[in-house]
Amino acid sequence: MIDVNRQGEVWVFAEQHGGLLEDTPIELMSKGRHLADILGVQLGAMLLGDNVKGLAKKLIQYGADKVYLAEHPLLEHYQTNSYAKIIYDLIHKYKPQIVIYGATAVGRDLGPRIASVIKAGLTADCTDLQIGDHKTTDGQMHKNLLFQIRPAFGGNIIATIINYDRWPQMATVREGVMVMATPDTARKGQVITEKVQLSPQELPIEILEEHTRAKKVDLKAARIIVAGGAGLGSKDNFRLIWDLANCLGGAPAATRAAVDLGFIDHDHQVGQTGTTVRPSLYIAVGISGAIQHQSGMNQSQKIVAINNDPQAPIFDVAHYKIVGDLNDVVPKMIKAIKEKGFKEAIGEGK
Amino acid sequence: MAYNCVVLVKQVPDTKRVTGKAMNDDGTVNRAALPAIFNPEDLNALEMALDIKDRFGGTVTVITMGLPAAVAILKDALYRGADEAILVTDARCAASDTLATSYILSCAVKRIKYDIVLCGRQAIDGDTAQVGPQLAEKLGIPQITYVEKPVEIEGQTITAQRNIGNGWQKVKTQLPVLLTVTGEANVPRVAAAKKMMKYKAAMTPAGVEQKIKADNSHASDDEIKEMAVQKCSEMDKKGLLIEQWNLDFLKADLTWCGRSGSPTKVHRIQSVVLASKDTKSIEPTDDGLAGMIHELLEDKIIA
Repeated sequence: MIDVNRQGEVWVFAEQHGGLLEDTPIELMSKGRHLADILGVQLGAMLLGDNVKGLAKKLIQYGADKVYLAEHPLLEHYQTNSYAKIIYDLIHKYKPQIVIYGATAVGRDLGPRIASVIKAGLTADCTDLQIGDHKTTDGQMHKNLLFQIRPAFGGNIIATIINYDRWPQMATVREGVMVMATPDTARKGQVITEKVQLSPQELPIEILEEHTRAKKVDLKAARIIVAGGAGLGSKDNFRLIWDLANCLGGAPAATRAAVDLGFIDHDHQVGQTGTTVRPSLYIAVGISGAIQHQSGMNQSQKIVAINNDPQAPIFDVAHYKIVGDLNDVVPKMIKAIKEKGFKEAIGEGK
Repeated sequence: MAYNCVVLVKQVPDTKRVTGKAMNDDGTVNRAALPAIFNPEDLNALEMALDIKDRFGGTVTVITMGLPAAVAILKDALYRGADEAILVTDARCAASDTLATSYILSCAVKRIKYDIVLCGRQAIDGDTAQVGPQLAEKLGIPQITYVEKPVEIEGQTITAQRNIGNGWQKVKTQLPVLLTVTGEANVPRVAAAKKMMKYKAAMTPAGVEQKIKADNSHASDDEIKEMAVQKCSEMDKKGLLIEQWNLDFLKADLTWCGRSGSPTKVHRIQSVVLASKDTKSIEPTDDGLAGMIHELLEDKIIA
């Protein structure tokens, strides 16, 4: 157990695979930097692996003051027990006040194991982190706590979770919800190399085989997204989404319902169990707008929604509301875009 | 070689089918609007255990921590083929976060001889996926999370395929182990009619006592107790008694249970109110749509 420690640093777990940093820890660095600045403490990154020292520079450029480096051939591949042990030792030695992990497959496997050993709190899958004060029911005031903000009950409520008596305050943060900062190549930081000792009992798992693949689409990077829901009715009809996306130079996406119906691959899924996106333009076609979907797209700059039900919840977050049959509206929209683009290209229509 | 499996299950509000306002005006969760169901991925964990029993022999014990009403999912598990069901219930469990829950469950699992502990990947009310790994740590055994296919076992060695987000991984370890199981791993079997007939009357001792009390409104407390003890022993002989354990029975350290055992506290709960923006209605006509496209071009939203 770690006592409350106001001078403790803010730490981010710098998840890497094969010597490459994931997007999520870089997103977390900018959030961590922000939290550390509010608290007036330093930002640390925990970097574990084999021959990963080169990544420290990048972490510093993205905001780290210190990189805690643990290198060992046995740390090349992530394993729950070995990584948990190294991080447990680091936390015990340096007593950070906040530790954040990406809510990735690794972060969600690792975080709870560490929380259980330290007997600390851990809030899963946060969508925002803030610093704030909490007054307990008996009137005690706790200042500058980590507000761990997350959806709960299937996204129907938003809970703000705190832990004021047992530290560190730990959270996993959903992928894609924190905005990545621009790296500052002039930034200076310190690399602290830790001695690593591991025993066989910390490596109970043998990895026999591993297959990874690149995502078929990078929704997070798309400026324009055209998303289809169950309202498309069939995989054939889902072509409308591809057509509209193509003529706008956008990426096709879908709701969970459409993915479950086999209209398109899971890589294209937007929402709570898919990707969180914030494009310039999000066109929602035949999507009713379940809260789980909305939470993954409501930060888009402009939202156009097409649905035949005027009461569909998607219209609550839309900037442009089009009530009509998508089989009629989408082709008309494609036509309008083609004509408009053509006219404006040759200087007409102004 | 036979294996003893313990499956941890949870009764959850069906968050996908909210029938009314999720929150009461006083900020508490409106459970009435949320029908209680068997957590979906816990059914996959149960199926994996039943499949191991079918292939290698052994037993399947199901444990839940919850309110007495959670007995409904234990009966469901018995209908589907579990051998034994245990309800961990105690008012002092209330307000437990994942850390306290995993501690209490570890006290219960430690009382049973097990080779494999199985949990659903996550519960749909919290979606935290934390209790499995925390329980594995408390039991001091390795964990294999996100298992997405039936496992292979040979002697004391288990091989499992797990989902790692952007692909999969095949891993091997020695028993005992804790697995968390995803919805893709299998298709849960349905309740068997014969088992439903058999276990329909299954009850916990508290349930037995309650029923006797209702049926014998004039009996004294002592008489009711006596009748209940007798009825329980009859039911136990028929395998119809669902075990009920409280924290005293588990010899749990109360400082690690309930509110005091939970480092995380709720600061605030808000109903989701999505920012209502200025919504402009567009006619689904050629002119209407052309006008909208024009605006989007002017605003440099599309190029």
